[in-house]
Amino acid sequence: MKPETIKNGAPETPWRLFWKGFKKNKLAVSGTIIIAGLFIIAIFAPVIAPYDQDAIMVKEILQPPSQKHLMGTDELGRDVLTRIMWGSRVSLLVGFLAVGISVAIGVLLGSLAGYYGRLVDAIIMRFVDVMLCFPTFFLILAVIAFWEPSIWKIMLVIGLTSWMGVARLVRAEFLSLKERDFFQAARALGGKDLRIIFRHILPNSLAPVLVSATLGVAGAILTEAALSFLGIGIQPPDPSWGNMLTAGKDNIEIAWWLSFFPGFAIFITVMGYNMLGEGIRDAIDPRLR
Amino acid sequence: MATYILKRLFGMIPLLFGITIVSFLVIHLAPGSPVTIQTDLNPKMTAEARERLLKFYGLDKPLHVQYYNWVKHLVTFDLGRSFATDNRPVIDKIKERLPITIFINVLSLFLILMIAIPLGILSAVYQNSLFDRSTTVFVFIGFAIPTFWLALLLMILFGIQLDWLPISGLKSVNYEYLSAFNQLKDRAAHLLMPVLLSAFGGLAGFSRYSRSNMLEIIRQDYITTARAKGLSESQVIYKHALRNAFLPIVTILGLSIPALIGGSVIFESIFAIPGLGQLFYNAVMGRDYSLVMGELVIGALLTMLGNLLADISYALVDPRIRIK
Amino acid sequence: MKNIFLVFGLLCSIFFVSCEERSKAPDQGKKEAQTDRVAPPAYGDTIIEGSIGDASNLIAMLASDSASFDIAGLCYNGLVKYDKDLNLVGDLAESWDISADNLTISFHLRKGVKWQDGVECTAHDVMFGYQTIISPNTPTAYAGDFQEVAKAEVIDKYTFRVTYKKPFAPGLASWGSVVVLPKHILEGQDITKSSLTRAPMGNGPYKLKEWKTGEKIELVSNHDYFEGRPYVDGFVYKIIPDTATMFLELQAGNIDFMGLSPLQYLRQTKTKTFQENFRKYKYLSFTYTYMGFNLLNPLFQDKRVRQAISYAINKNEILEGVLLGLGEVATGPYKPGTWQYNPEVKAFPFDPEKAKALLKETGWADADGDGILEKNGKRFEFTVILNQGNNERRKTGEIIQRRLTEVGIKIKIRTLEWAAFINEYIDKKNFEATILGWTIGQDPDVFDIWHSSKTHFKELNFISYKNEEVDRLIMEGRHTFDREKRKQAYYRIQEILAEDQPYVFLYVPYALPIIHMRFRGIEPAAAGITYNFTKWYVTKAEQKYTIQP
Repeated sequence: MKPETIKNGAPETPWRLFWKGFKKNKLAVSGTIIIAGLFIIAIFAPVIAPYDQDAIMVKEILQPPSQKHLMGTDELGRDVLTRIMWGSRVSLLVGFLAVGISVAIGVLLGSLAGYYGRLVDAIIMRFVDVMLCFPTFFLILAVIAFWEPSIWKIMLVIGLTSWMGVARLVRAEFLSLKERDFFQAARALGGKDLRIIFRHILPNSLAPVLVSATLGVAGAILTEAALSFLGIGIQPPDPSWGNMLTAGKDNIEIAWWLSFFPGFAIFITVMGYNMLGEGIRDAIDPRLR
Repeated sequence: MATYILKRLFGMIPLLFGITIVSFLVIHLAPGSPVTIQTDLNPKMTAEARERLLKFYGLDKPLHVQYYNWVKHLVTFDLGRSFATDNRPVIDKIKERLPITIFINVLSLFLILMIAIPLGILSAVYQNSLFDRSTTVFVFIGFAIPTFWLALLLMILFGIQLDWLPISGLKSVNYEYLSAFNQLKDRAAHLLMPVLLSAFGGLAGFSRYSRSNMLEIIRQDYITTARAKGLSESQVIYKHALRNAFLPIVTILGLSIPALIGGSVIFESIFAIPGLGQLFYNAVMGRDYSLVMGELVIGALLTMLGNLLADISYALVDPRIRIK
Repeated sequence: MKNIFLVFGLLCSIFFVSCEERSKAPDQGKKEAQTDRVAPPAYGDTIIEGSIGDASNLIAMLASDSASFDIAGLCYNGLVKYDKDLNLVGDLAESWDISADNLTISFHLRKGVKWQDGVECTAHDVMFGYQTIISPNTPTAYAGDFQEVAKAEVIDKYTFRVTYKKPFAPGLASWGSVVVLPKHILEGQDITKSSLTRAPMGNGPYKLKEWKTGEKIELVSNHDYFEGRPYVDGFVYKIIPDTATMFLELQAGNIDFMGLSPLQYLRQTKTKTFQENFRKYKYLSFTYTYMGFNLLNPLFQDKRVRQAISYAINKNEILEGVLLGLGEVATGPYKPGTWQYNPEVKAFPFDPEKAKALLKETGWADADGDGILEKNGKRFEFTVILNQGNNERRKTGEIIQRRLTEVGIKIKIRTLEWAAFINEYIDKKNFEATILGWTIGQDPDVFDIWHSSKTHFKELNFISYKNEEVDRLIMEGRHTFDREKRKQAYYRIQEILAEDQPYVFLYVPYALPIIHMRFRGIEPAAAGITYNFTKWYVTKAEQKYTIQP
């Protein structure tokens, strides 16, 4: 947006500028590759998984990795690799939808507060403060345990308890953008509120939200694992990395593969999202380059 | 200064109100009732007996009345009695669990500060160096491993294979027969792994934050000026930049309290530490309504106090804040 | 403790699981216990038991968790108890007379038994305990058996007499639970707020030293115990919520006594450390797991359908997959080897062809070739619910799901949080099928579970089983003292239940305790291993911990 970015006569849009920075950022690129790979596995799980995810073989309980079972078998003799592939669907979905919900709420409340200011702002921001006071994991636990756990509830609750950061970000962005010329101009030209919000302000505040969203996805995946550890995450027989890891922990000394592979899957995914987030941040903030 | 603190305290009132409402609603909108867990295991429990229990706990009244009664008692720190069969006052149950959780969290906050800030600052100063890159990788790894898994691995390594550290709990069985010095050693040994682990997860966020914060400061005009004056690089960094880099982190510390308290559920459970987190988990699973509400409120209060402390200390060092 | 109560899977503890009557092939523990009794018993040392949950209330009648029963059971005694062969013998009561009409029991109490504060324990304390448990102000779950009492009297300081409305066979055993309470302390108090809920004042072999909530409960031996001072001085109940951590603590030698999972028993305790330091025991527990059908659902009203499902489930596969063979296939509501157990009921071996044939007979057929049976245009699918947090039931469900698919029945598994599971689904009969477990009491009375009068809201016959003959037999067994007659009644009940298959009876698991080698005097018997806990000892040379007085 700075005037000196106009070179060769071709106007550099913020997006193109962003892309340039992004491409050069090794972190961001490797993060993207990891995540893309995971999505491919998740989408094609039914096709590429070597076994049926629920194929129980009591004669093949806790077999170590072999050519037949690349990642070994679990307590019921099911193929771990297969379940990791299917589990990627759940884990990625949880991450994605939870963050989707939190971003939606955060953007909505943040823009309302930032745009209208005064009373609306005061009320919304007080609410944000209240929510920020709660140990989020306590709230999630309470809701999940009191209502029965299901994948949708877990996503919803994680989303409902993690939007505050986004709301603050968006609001701050609004406050600073409000001072800018283009906003004043849009208003002076008699633009409608919604139109101004959607056309002019939101796109400008998108970048920091994106960063916080990628980190949020990583957080949501870890939260699901923590819930599974406590026995109230995704419920079997549906495999999620969290519940596979938990099922493996009791056998960690005799069957390392049971916890290692799901743990590693979580690790890689979270790393991927973090790298992506970090990369985007570097790419949009030229000062940090 | 006094007016600032007063103003802050005043601002807490609507927050308190909001906290009680959220805590209350989360629990009371859920299906099921706490009496079930107590009675449903019993073949011999009659319907009248169930009614009696409902009345006993005041659950037969409408929601707003229950809320009013609860808040009325809350002001005097009477959080009611636990729905568990021990029927103890909630506040007692929380009181005996609170110190250890706070202690561990303060220790890990301290540890985070001691490690994360220098890491972040050094990364910023030597941006894109090998050090910066390896720190980045290291903190990411810390963030990306599920805590309970890492905890188990460490327990096996240090507790069983190397036999250096105790595995779980707060002290050994023969604790009371140890000398004062050995008692201290015993306690410290038990705390080492839980504190390290709970700090580990927080490192990533803090060191990244202090890194980017420092990067920003280094590019500020006054740093350039300092450089232009001909000060040595180390003088520039340690005299001018550092002070300013420390400040905002204090506020972030306050904000990280909820995450720490929430995280305590996991490692208190795995390390068998009888703290707030474990208490909360048991309360939630047993549908101990009053205890869950009590702990939500206390947890939120702790955060509020933490934030207040952070803000006040911030205001003490940075006069601009007070005027705002 | 009590006749029968729903097994809350997680908390199933060693102390209340007993052992089978016909002696199973002794495990290595028994052999060694016999050979190395060299050093004489000595006082001293402490035993540390691991538990995933803390106790909640040490007045047993107010508690509902096994941890509380464990501790209270060590601090208090009942009037009667089961000996190692599961015969009722005197405890606080020296002897008792049962009147000719079987209506009245007179207990003659032991003289000189003291509460731990030195006050003598008398018939007034028994009376006080009885009045407390039937009082409407006492939030207890165990009043049922005592409500059958028509009249209770203190004849003199050492004689307590109860008269039942009708001869009540489970009556005598019910006095074995912790019902006697110290009147001189509790009288006039609100029992729920009494200090005894946290600090027991008992008459048993152990007394409380310290209870650190969520951390440990420490007991020390009662030197004035009326059966003699227990050898082991200390008992520590160490609370470790995570099962993996608990096992690591065992490995590190910080726990002396815990229950193992089948995997731990078979595969994780083979190392040298374990073989040198621990003894493992194995005996059938007093619990069984089943899949129950909601008989109000039209799907399950034909008993041939239920039989077909039973044939389609491979119980041996479940035994192998879930318990790794450490259990037995259940055939009815009693434990194999007890006097009431009928070994010759109709069996349902794994036979998918027979299952398919039976289903065909009842009109179920796969007309559209999608692999799922239909009848009148409706597909044969149903949902099995189970409570979350029970690994064994979950795995059982997953295996059943697989097998039923093979005969064309599609099932879904729904795991529910315990309170919601019971409250919203079981109690309201809002379920199609469920996998659950029952604790099997020593007394064979099954009134609460199988009698057709117990099908109301929140009662235990939640599958709505109604069979007139079973009803009649239950009453017969309940109101007679003649063991032979009772046996006949219960044998017949098992035959009918096997034929009807209102439950698919799945398995009776083994209890798998592990105990540190230094503890001697453990003699596995029908009652399990803990019945003679006060006689366990550690020789002077091997003692690990010292308790200073």
